[in-house]
Amino acid sequence: MVNRLYEPTSGHIRIDGTDILELPAPQLRRGIGYVIQQTGLFPHMRIADNIAVVPRLLGWDKKRIHARVDRLLDVVGLPPDIYRRRYPAQLSGGEQQRVGLARALAAEPTMMLMDEPFGALDAITRSRLQEELLQIHRRFGQTVLFVTHDIEEAVRLADKIVVMRQGQVVQYDTALKIVTQPADPFVAELVGTDDVLRRLSLLAVGAAMEALGRTIPDGQPVVKRSASMRTALSILLEKQTDRLTVVDEDARPIGEITMGTVQAVSAITDVPGERPASLRAPGGQPAQKD
Amino acid sequence: MGNINLSYLFEHPRRVFDLSVEHLTLALTVLAVALVLALPLGAIATRFHRLTLPILAILGAIYTIPSLAFLAALIPTPLGLGRDNALVVFVAYAQIFLVRNIVAGLRGVDPAMLEAARGIGMTSWQVFRQVRWPLALPVIMAGVRTALVTTISITSIAATVAAGGLGELLFTGLTRPPRIGLPMIVAGTVAITTLAVFTDILLRLLERQTAAAKAIRAAR
Repeated sequence: MVNRLYEPTSGHIRIDGTDILELPAPQLRRGIGYVIQQTGLFPHMRIADNIAVVPRLLGWDKKRIHARVDRLLDVVGLPPDIYRRRYPAQLSGGEQQRVGLARALAAEPTMMLMDEPFGALDAITRSRLQEELLQIHRRFGQTVLFVTHDIEEAVRLADKIVVMRQGQVVQYDTALKIVTQPADPFVAELVGTDDVLRRLSLLAVGAAMEALGRTIPDGQPVVKRSASMRTALSILLEKQTDRLTVVDEDARPIGEITMGTVQAVSAITDVPGERPASLRAPGGQPAQKD
Repeated sequence: MGNINLSYLFEHPRRVFDLSVEHLTLALTVLAVALVLALPLGAIATRFHRLTLPILAILGAIYTIPSLAFLAALIPTPLGLGRDNALVVFVAYAQIFLVRNIVAGLRGVDPAMLEAARGIGMTSWQVFRQVRWPLALPVIMAGVRTALVTTISITSIAATVAAGGLGELLFTGLTRPPRIGLPMIVAGTVAITTLAVFTDILLRLLERQTAAAKAIRAAR
């Protein structure tokens, strides 16, 4: 509905304050990078032409399109000299989805709409593409509206999550809040209330850490921000320590995780409409409830 | 019988050539007129699902009308004898091949593909021009090929209503004593078959040049 493939029957959708109904639909859509399940690449066009579709609709000149296609193929990790002239059917599912991503990014959209883009991929490819999407997002920084049925994917990728059930918004919150303070039994079940380890493995370290507030002592064990809290916990236990330094992809320290952080996210606040589940921490001791 | 006598072909090459040109010209004219009709008809049959079956059924029924009867039936009309009469009959016959494949080609394009095209910002015309039409083209061209080859063979009977073509050799040959007539019939048959076979090959090569066909080959 955001790109008006379906028209709203009531209410308004605004992007940067502008009602989407104010623009002609094709013009609106050209400004929104669109990635769909099964890629939707055009089988009769070569990879370069597929990526160039929207820039051509916008009337970019050839040189600019050529340079843009090369750059994007590099960004998604497909060497242009090998892939430019291939047809979609010559690529694997993962490669096709990378091209789909490149096509969506082609016209430098301010916003991306991704409709279950990785749903049809195997687990390993999906995980790798998720990681790449995060990196691309850090680089270009557009808003991404990402639709998924996979709560792990949602928690891993999102800054903010909207949980929907039968067309109703159930909860709109950060990943951390969704996992630690589910708004109702539905969300609680989705994130696995009564399974601490599952919830820990959902949450990325980056979402739960305390941002760098003071200098972190050297020699502390480190954990990547994209790792899960479960990984963080096992490092904490393994190294017999209660503090970890969180680092970004370039190994720069950006925050800290303590045993307290793990306990805080393990605990769950009362779910409205449900008796609190009894929780057990990994060590077999009762988890601390707040 | 038994002797394939090519003597007429060698003694009157000019006449066979002229009749071949006349034959091909008539067939191509039929195809051109038929396409002008079939494209909108095919578009309507594709767009309106309730009309698809009736349209194809009517065109199929037209194709079953015996050709000599069809030609004869038009003689009392203002079309009378000659080229226009043959043109109308053959255009009517060609419709089924063209419209059927236009519908099959356009319908055969994955709807998800069309939604993707719309979703990234193509107008309806751009979706048709850049996605739907090129993807349907191999199937549509196969229809054009069948229509043209069929028309070339059936144009042989155009001579019965004085519309010319290689049929002249066949029907004149039938009225002559076998010694003179048979070589004429052989020459006509050989020429018609050659035209049909080469047209078929040529159009097949053309089909292979479409973007969709290239993409399919590349994937093998």
